Amino acid sequence: MIHLLQTGLNSADSGSFLPVAVQFIIATGLVAFLMFVTHMLGPKRKTTDKLQNFSSGIETHGDARQPMAIKYFLTAILFVLFDVEVIFFYPYAVNFKVLGWNGFWAVMLFVGFFLCGFIYILKKGALKWEE
Amino acid sequence: MNITQIIFWILSVVALFSALMVITARNPVYSVLWLIATFFSISGHYILLNAQFLAIVNIIVYAGAIMVLFLFVIMLMNLNKESEPRKHRLLKLAGAVSGGSLLLVLVAALRDTDLKHEHALVNEGNIGLIQNLGKELFSTYTVPFEISSVLFLSAMVGAVVIGKKE
Amino acid sequence: MWSFSGISNSIHEWLSQTFNPTLTIIIEMVIAGVAVIGLFAGLGLVLVIMERKVSAWMQIRLGPNRVGPKGMFQSLADTLKLLVKEGLTPTGADKLLFNLAPFIAMIVAMLLMAPIAFAKDFQLWDLNIGVLYVSAISSMMVISILMAGWASNNKYSLMGAMRSGAQIVSYELSAGLSVLSIVVLTGSLRVSDIIQSQADGWWIFKGHIPAVIAFVTFIIAVTAETNRAPFDLAEAESELTAGFHTEYSGMKFALFFLAEYVNVFIVCAIGATLFLGGWMPFHIGHWAGFNHVMDYIPSSLWFFGKTFFLIFVIMWFRWTFPRLRIDQLLNLEWKYLLPISMVNLLLVTAMAILKWHF
Repeated sequence: MIHLLQTGLNSADSGSFLPVAVQFIIATGLVAFLMFVTHMLGPKRKTTDKLQNFSSGIETHGDARQPMAIKYFLTAILFVLFDVEVIFFYPYAVNFKVLGWNGFWAVMLFVGFFLCGFIYILKKGALKWEE
Repeated sequence: MNITQIIFWILSVVALFSALMVITARNPVYSVLWLIATFFSISGHYILLNAQFLAIVNIIVYAGAIMVLFLFVIMLMNLNKESEPRKHRLLKLAGAVSGGSLLLVLVAALRDTDLKHEHALVNEGNIGLIQNLGKELFSTYTVPFEISSVLFLSAMVGAVVIGKKE
Repeated sequence: MWSFSGISNSIHEWLSQTFNPTLTIIIEMVIAGVAVIGLFAGLGLVLVIMERKVSAWMQIRLGPNRVGPKGMFQSLADTLKLLVKEGLTPTGADKLLFNLAPFIAMIVAMLLMAPIAFAKDFQLWDLNIGVLYVSAISSMMVISILMAGWASNNKYSLMGAMRSGAQIVSYELSAGLSVLSIVVLTGSLRVSDIIQSQADGWWIFKGHIPAVIAFVTFIIAVTAETNRAPFDLAEAESELTAGFHTEYSGMKFALFFLAEYVNVFIVCAIGATLFLGGWMPFHIGHWAGFNHVMDYIPSSLWFFGKTFFLIFVIMWFRWTFPRLRIDQLLNLEWKYLLPISMVNLLLVTAMAILKWHF
């Protein structure tokens, strides 16, 4: 289907993103259609008991939206930092042949700093789930 | 008006509208979701400028990583109506003053730029492609690249210090 | 010879003779979209029955065996049932986000389908940063899960969503790093280039031990990313009922379910493309005769064979390993997989610069 979709489109310009736009529209349309159809097809017998939140049979106590453990936050923020590191690898990975050893040592230094941070995190026990 | 211009206008309207919704939405979770929509439309602009790598990285880092962090934080704190901190009038005033001065600086900066001679390269130019960007980053800008890793190191230390505080 | 690219070429020729160029492109895009929808439905049905049959086989029982021959139409019947079920929205839920979450999960899964090469010259969209695109779009999955969990206003859902979020984002790192090690070997992010570079042997064989390490890391990471056992903490039935989709019913539940299975297919297809050569037949270096014999097997068969093999491996995990605890799960990623895959990537880079790979 490569021929189907890329007629007259140079894949290095922004026009090459057209297929994904069309794909997005079709996907949205399909899901909306499915939701609508099943909304029409399904029965609608609503009772207050049925619409309550499920809590395995016992009565629901309070609001579910309560503060959670800080550990999740730490995981998320460390993920952001390491994700940016991974992103920096992509331009390198494409070009490393041209850059040769100079580029490699630059990346090594970059990773070295990250590893320092990583060892600090481990030493501080930031990833320890149980206290 | 050609197709690029039409797409540009649609994207701009979406970006501005969702940015406005970010600050007007009552619920912080909605704000974050509108912010994600803003990032997507900005990525659309990047694609129009033929900066595909930037467009994708914008989605990965901002929409995929930082917004997930925001969602986590908002869900962690789960601010309810009662627990929402009361805003002092003085605090509001300070907010208005700082926001207003930022606006002033932005407007002044925009007035100084010579817009007539600047043309955005739409659909051409290839500095935004990953190969060229990588070459620039790892040859001309190696030092800033290394310094950014020090910045990450400090961010890690900061996160651990804040997160592990008893 | 009968092939996918032949069909698409003849459709293209017929359309361009009948209509003008713009209309041709539009019609082709619509055809492609409809084809993706069809593939989606087909995959959903096949993978669900496959999972049930594989699990039955592993546990020495029969599995579904009533609807159709050997129970083959069971998932079709299930789909029909889900279609006519009542879709509930709990009173405490945030109505808009609750309904939006399965929407996003599904759209993400459909967009991920675009850069996958199903057969020789048969690919929806060959972008020059294809692999990066996949990791960008798949990172949106977390948002739909968090949205579902938060909007349900159910304790199980919220807990499941938080666990799932932490898990997916953590494992995204080592999945990304192991993908990168193949990008380093290939020097390109374009899917067709990656496949073409494996014409004289797949990377898992050409890349020595680092490629094998990357492959193993990738499989573990994607198993976790798709929330499958032994990493299915997000929907650990015994403690969280069904995790983030506890409150979902009817079609909305079906959409989550379908998106999960399609994601399994997609990650396995990516794994097959990167490490096992995608549609590229099994070639060995310069053995022209052997390679020529292998070329007689259609490329689509190679692709689907490899992908379904990886899917089978992931299903195998599910019925072999016990579920991990959340602390074990995060330890596995942050203390073992992440450092290993990072060092492995540097190793691959050094190897590629020294040209030690074949």
